[in-house]
Amino acid sequence: MRRSRTALAAVGLLLATLPAFSAEPVAAASAQGGHAKLEVPYTEFTLPNGLNVILHEDHTVPAVCVDVWYYVGSAREKPGRTGFAHLFEHIMFEGSKNVKQGEFDRLLETAGGDNNGSTTEDRTDYWENVPSSSLELALFVESDRMGYLLDVMSPARVDQQRDVVKNERRESFENRPYGLASIKLSEALFPPNHPYHWPVIGSMEDLTAAGYEDVANFFKSYYGPNNASLVVAGDIDSKEARRLVEKWFSDVPRGSRVQPMAPAPAVLYEEKRMTMEDRVQLPRLYMAWITPPHLYPGDAALDVLSEILASGKNSRLYKRLVYDLQVAQDVSAVQQSQELASIFQITVTARQGHDLSEMEKLVQEEIDRIKNEPPKPREVERAVNQFEASFYQAMEKVGGFGGKADQLNAYVFAAGRPDYYNEDRARYLSLDASDVQSAAKRYLRDDGRVVLSVVPAGKTSLAARPPAPAKEK
Amino acid sequence: MRRRELVAAVLVSAASAAALLAQAPDRSRAPAPGPPPALKLPAIQKFELSNRVPVLFIETHKVPLVEVAVVLRSGAAADPKGKPGLANLTAVMLDRGAGSRSALELSDEIDHLGAEIGASADWDETAVAVGVPSERLGPALAIFSDIVRKPTFPAEELERVRKEMLTTFLQWRDEPEAIARVAFARAIYGDHAYGRVTEGNEAFVRSVSREDLERFHRAAFAPGNATIVAAGDVTAANLKTLLEASFGSWSGTGEKPPAVPEAQQVKGRSIWIVDVPDAAQSEIRVGRVGAARSTPDFFPMLVANTMLGGSFASRLNMNLREAHGYAYGASSGFDFRLSAGPFYAAAAVQTDKTSPALAEFFKELEGMRKPVGEDELTRARNYLALRYPRGFETTGQLATRLEAKVVYDLPDDYFTSYTDRIAKVTAADVARIAARYIDPSSAAVVVVGDRRKIEAGIRALNLGPVRVFTVDQILGGGKPRAQDPKSK
Repeated sequence: MRRSRTALAAVGLLLATLPAFSAEPVAAASAQGGHAKLEVPYTEFTLPNGLNVILHEDHTVPAVCVDVWYYVGSAREKPGRTGFAHLFEHIMFEGSKNVKQGEFDRLLETAGGDNNGSTTEDRTDYWENVPSSSLELALFVESDRMGYLLDVMSPARVDQQRDVVKNERRESFENRPYGLASIKLSEALFPPNHPYHWPVIGSMEDLTAAGYEDVANFFKSYYGPNNASLVVAGDIDSKEARRLVEKWFSDVPRGSRVQPMAPAPAVLYEEKRMTMEDRVQLPRLYMAWITPPHLYPGDAALDVLSEILASGKNSRLYKRLVYDLQVAQDVSAVQQSQELASIFQITVTARQGHDLSEMEKLVQEEIDRIKNEPPKPREVERAVNQFEASFYQAMEKVGGFGGKADQLNAYVFAAGRPDYYNEDRARYLSLDASDVQSAAKRYLRDDGRVVLSVVPAGKTSLAARPPAPAKEK
Repeated sequence: MRRRELVAAVLVSAASAAALLAQAPDRSRAPAPGPPPALKLPAIQKFELSNRVPVLFIETHKVPLVEVAVVLRSGAAADPKGKPGLANLTAVMLDRGAGSRSALELSDEIDHLGAEIGASADWDETAVAVGVPSERLGPALAIFSDIVRKPTFPAEELERVRKEMLTTFLQWRDEPEAIARVAFARAIYGDHAYGRVTEGNEAFVRSVSREDLERFHRAAFAPGNATIVAAGDVTAANLKTLLEASFGSWSGTGEKPPAVPEAQQVKGRSIWIVDVPDAAQSEIRVGRVGAARSTPDFFPMLVANTMLGGSFASRLNMNLREAHGYAYGASSGFDFRLSAGPFYAAAAVQTDKTSPALAEFFKELEGMRKPVGEDELTRARNYLALRYPRGFETTGQLATRLEAKVVYDLPDDYFTSYTDRIAKVTAADVARIAARYIDPSSAAVVVVGDRRKIEAGIRALNLGPVRVFTVDQILGGGKPRAQDPKSK
């Protein structure tokens, strides 16, 4: 693969002047030419109350997305109140001073709008997709809850969403096979004082304990415009959109200053082994490591490593465990990139008649193989080409989760700049096999990881046992 | 008097706030939307390959991607008797060897192109699709056409897939949603073709042979049964050249699949409990036979369903989630197929609220039979009509829209007239739809949950005869374990 950054930049400039791309067949995939520059033109400004605003025009369909990121997630929660950032996200839909309870959705649906929100460890996002003629309605409801949520907040509204969130927890974790494994993994990877130790969904006890006071304090601490970023993208006229944003958001009062989080970096100096019983038919092995944060050196190489290990029939783990030996039902590997630390995770479900010690041995052999010799250039190319195609796919949709509005906010959050597309992609295009090998060696340490076995109830014998210590020669 | 004073005080404080911030907007009422923008759909271009295979194409150059799909009018409904799951398995096996390439070679080349190829069988169609950066469309189509036209179904690959699918069926035992899906189809349709799931069952997967796959492929994957749809960053001229090279020489006669007979409506009410000990929630499904995609009631049905459970602000969700907190969400829908697919209302509710939740389901179904208010009707119509243009944004969405047009023979002006047809739906239409299709006196109910904790409450509702099943009986095809003589 080996394309230098300089060559890439030159090609990008050249293509940027072309209005469209040709679809002429190429002789061979490896002979493909340059890489089209990813163009997402935008306007950015900050309101006097501190709200960062980004406008982006895309007139493909007559629709607009209003997307707000608040820089607060479960990492900001206090002990005894886990799950609160997410519970709060729910409460944001329950009405504000000028939007009666239930009206948030009714107003938007009457205008043909959809909306949703999500909470992670690091941030909380909200979006409305509306016809371009209803942009002002979306700005009204979004600004009203940013400015005037507490005016109408009541303990009853908190109670009501508490029940909904408990059912979300039941549906997504407790009543789902292997559903509690991710919670167990985070608890084991990060020490109790690290903000990634507890799950975004929280514990049932903490959800029960959360009250009206918590809502008020949380809103005052984190939901000011100075701790948020607003993207308005789609079928807009940027000048008019700016006028409307200024109209609806300027009266929102500035909130408290939010200090950046600076927890001590989490490092795992041991191998932790755990077994969980669940209502499942087949045992599943999880191996997880703490890895560099999103956009940090190593992050992209680990993304590519995850593809080489488990994406496609020729990936190392799939081919060995599922295709050749047929001892596993599925394998996956993912670099889950986050603000304070990422998690690299390998997951393998064993077929009937096979146990997790066997799975672990095979996975370990494949990890060792990558550590000992770099992957073939073809393997890296496959992964990089897939990542590149995903960048184009990401350019297609404006609104909703993963749309351009969301991505612009994600780049502001992670890189401080909305137009980080080309730099982000260049991280992948510049990788070679030795980078991937180095990442495996440096981050997938045998003596710093969590090995979790989830086994059918009563079958702990299927769990992964540590390999017998090597005999003295 | 007190109330008026209070209002005055609020007004004063609002006025002084406004004085402080000159630009504070009037928040006393929500901004009214402007006139809805029209969908600007690029023209659907049509041409034929030399073997008469029709091509529908939407050209769009926003991003350097192209999506191409071959649509075959043979899906799970065309599964031969005794071989439920054959269409699905054929689709799964397509990329496990084709032309001169092995499964691993195909996968390597597709991945290396940055392409994605997927095949799936729904009830009425099998679709094989490729998405690829436009500069690599040529090489991608060369592989793609082998996968569609020349799959080799290697015996050792069939054994791999057989093991994989049998394991998947085993894993369904862990998934209350999957159990509910299988039970619900059977509860409504019984022995009718729709009384199963498209993946078929264990007995079929154990017995299927290479010859079965070849036979289905010969019958379904033929030019006379195929339409190609495409969208994205390529000109019609270039696309035609590339498709001619990859599909122009495709021959074979194929067979038109037999029509699926109309199913009998559910008679009375029946309640199936499928026992999953210790389940934290109960998966509830309530439903009956709906209508075929070709029904003249299609648009009124969409509107009626939007009110009942088709959006967040719908009755079911507002009741079960927002008013009661029994569930994370509740929804309903009509599954439109060539023959009448199911109507369903669904939620996963906390175990200790199963019977009150079920009672609320019936209350809402019954409630649809009362006259609906103009506000709610307007909201449902607008929600459907005004969000519709957003479904034409990506190449994948465009190709999927064209697929539906092919499979259900939708007229050329279908997409552009959609908004108007939704706007014409009246309260009387909704009343008619509710009376005909949402009749709660004839409904199959499936509850997948912890029998010990939910059975007594469900029986006390007196909805109808209750039958209890084990998971084995649902996924393995067994008979009910217990009948309740006291029930009607």
